[in-house]
Amino acid sequence: MSTATVPESQSRPDLRALFLGFSAVGLSGFGGVLPFARRMLVDERKWLTAEEFNTQLGLCQFLPGPNVVNLAVVVGKRNRGLAGAIVAPVGLLAGPLAIVLLLAVLYDRFGSLPLAQDMLRGIAAAGCGLLLAMAWRMGAAIKDKAIFLPFTALTVAAIAIFRWPMPLVMVSGLPLSGAVAWWKLGRR
Amino acid sequence: MSVVGDLFREFFLLSFVAFGGATALLPEMHRVVVDHHHWLDDTTFTHLYAIAQAAPGPNVLVVTLIGWEIAGLAGALAATLAMCLPMSVLIYLLIDRWQGFSGKRWQQAVSLGVAPLAVGLVFSGAMLIATSAGLSPAGWILVGAVVLANLRFRELHPLWLIAAGAILGIGGFA
Repeated sequence: MSTATVPESQSRPDLRALFLGFSAVGLSGFGGVLPFARRMLVDERKWLTAEEFNTQLGLCQFLPGPNVVNLAVVVGKRNRGLAGAIVAPVGLLAGPLAIVLLLAVLYDRFGSLPLAQDMLRGIAAAGCGLLLAMAWRMGAAIKDKAIFLPFTALTVAAIAIFRWPMPLVMVSGLPLSGAVAWWKLGRR
Repeated sequence: MSVVGDLFREFFLLSFVAFGGATALLPEMHRVVVDHHHWLDDTTFTHLYAIAQAAPGPNVLVVTLIGWEIAGLAGALAATLAMCLPMSVLIYLLIDRWQGFSGKRWQQAVSLGVAPLAVGLVFSGAMLIATSAGLSPAGWILVGAVVLANLRFRELHPLWLIAAGAILGIGGFA
């Protein structure tokens, strides 16, 4: 994809480019597509500068929901308004969705075979390991661990042991944890 | 109300607490789909998570798979749409004002405050998958090996670890 003739700040993708660009991101990402989104948006097609990417991603990560889908909405809107905000996330999801549904059909047909069961259990074990590693990295990135990691322990107890509904846990936990963060921010 | 309607409503509600994306939402999806509605059993839920891990695309697609298993194509589309739509609309409306919020103390406080909770949710999701999968002792060793490999060798693509898991699984080591 050559963007060399377009000045950096003025490269405005049309709807087709938005769809294809985000399709490529969706199809190339395994286990989280955010790094691929950054490479496409900032490095390859220069639809956003690195700084713009970080700012826009800030809101996408601040709000709940799938971050990359949110990011596609933002980039789509910036360039092509409402139509772009629809086309970009649809492009992101359409290809992977088709693949996943194809796999679902295969699963319905062959999933009960012992071989498939064994394979899926192995993948689940690997996936579990990846989740634990991700939790470890997220935890390691937290500053003031002595203050904040107890909230992690409380969340695990509430969700994994007591099986409380997550809305209840978030509604009671986030104000507490947020209040502590507010207090810490004031002391800096 | 139809199952598709119920699916849409449940995932619509879930999207509002999905801090940390679909990954952090695994325990709650399990609670709603397996424990509460009995739409799926433990094993199927784990299998769907495994399939989503092995496929390309955003993590949110595990929701698509859950919807498919419960109510076919209509269920897949309803669950995916319900999961993505609320925050997409909200972000569409908010993004132009975001520069004003960005960096404010309350905004930083929420971002800092949500992080330890998200860690707990991802950890809980991992434990849930491991226990629902009914791993053998060798399977737990595989889990530990993947954790170490992923933390130690950052350049190693996670897909290789997934593939190794699949092969070891077929070999009976999970």
